[in-house]
Amino acid sequence: MRDVLLVAAKDLRIERRSRIGTAQVLPFALLVLLLFAFALDPDRGLLEAATPGLFWVTVLFSAVLALQRNFGIEAEDGIIDALRLCGMAPSSIYFGKVLALVVQLFALEFVLVIAVAVFYNLEFNGIPLLVVISLAATLGIAATGSIYGALSARLRSRDTLLPLLMLPLLAPVLISATRGSEIALRGEVGTGWSWAALLGLFASTYLIVGAVLFSPLLEDA
Amino acid sequence: MGRFPALAGVDLDVSDSQIVLLSGHNGAGKSTLLRLCAGLVPLASGSAVVLGNDLGKSRSAVRRRVGLLGHETFLYEDLTVRENLDFWSRAAGATKEDGLSALDRLGVASRLHDVNVRGLSAGQRRRVSFAAMICRRPELWLLDEPHAGLDAAGRDTVDSLVTEAAAHGATVLFVSHELDRADALADRHLVIDSGIIVDETRRADTSTTDSDSVPLGAIPDA
Repeated sequence: MRDVLLVAAKDLRIERRSRIGTAQVLPFALLVLLLFAFALDPDRGLLEAATPGLFWVTVLFSAVLALQRNFGIEAEDGIIDALRLCGMAPSSIYFGKVLALVVQLFALEFVLVIAVAVFYNLEFNGIPLLVVISLAATLGIAATGSIYGALSARLRSRDTLLPLLMLPLLAPVLISATRGSEIALRGEVGTGWSWAALLGLFASTYLIVGAVLFSPLLEDA
Repeated sequence: MGRFPALAGVDLDVSDSQIVLLSGHNGAGKSTLLRLCAGLVPLASGSAVVLGNDLGKSRSAVRRRVGLLGHETFLYEDLTVRENLDFWSRAAGATKEDGLSALDRLGVASRLHDVNVRGLSAGQRRRVSFAAMICRRPELWLLDEPHAGLDAAGRDTVDSLVTEAAAHGATVLFVSHELDRADALADRHLVIDSGIIVDETRRADTSTTDSDSVPLGAIPDA
């Protein structure tokens, strides 16, 4: 656990110092939401119905940017070799990177929720379910993304390869998070918990897969 | 190692506390030999034993006991010198104090401790990299051109650290193109060409016996 927190704290410190998240990823996400609002504004009903999907698509695209940065820093200046030499368990490095990404994405989602309320004039119902869905979906995105981030870290084509590898695999997260959020926003919380459970199952599975696979991925990176 | 092996038929035994210089032309296989000893490069064939561990079976046991100073800095550019040392020392099971002490040994001025690595000169980065390596207290030092980019004082510091490490039982393999300085530091000088050791000289006052010999590796033709 000590190494997990060490890696997560290091990643968050680098993020705070470089301000890529606040200066690039967040403005990008807000711009996407704003463009959707402009595009669908004539049809307020369609915009309202599409909001959960637009929100999670925006989060997914932003996660790709955050992941490219998150693993790009490990590919610079031989850092991956240094990580292999330092004696930390690869699974600790994986969980640390997932934790840092979850914190960043959760902060991003918080700002995006405020933006959705402002741009789309949306009322929020079923907030506890929305929070659980956000947490489980974010964990799933971070767990999956960190596996593919490590896989593509040293590739010259990683910027284009990462979304190609990652986005198809995250389709179940996108669908479950969108359906669950729709139900929560309609105030029909009861059936929404099954989508939250599905998201939790997906996240748990990928966390286990990531913990097992990260060692060979680090060797090949 | 691909279709053209970087190392072919290297047969090498290095004793505890020895300082061994590797020299040769660019692309001769010196850096690959260091990376192999660090457990970063898999063996294509043959066998290698480093610090009593068979690299063919487990490289992870070796990695935590070696220190590698490569051409790359192994430092996060967006973190300060202090934050880098703090991270790498704690990652290796050492303490913050070990990191600060190592910076002190390398002569990194305290005014630089809170400067981002991105803002350092090449020589200062080299010193910080070296500090990050020694704060782990490695048993085997693998140094790829340790004097490169350093001023005269920095080079003297590196030499004294290497000598001190060997005196305390660490084994040092280093690559250098500055042969006058390196020869004065080394107990043995191996010349590598096309992945093969083609020449070896030993300092006159160096005496080694088979009993304290720790085989580093024997890599036959791939």
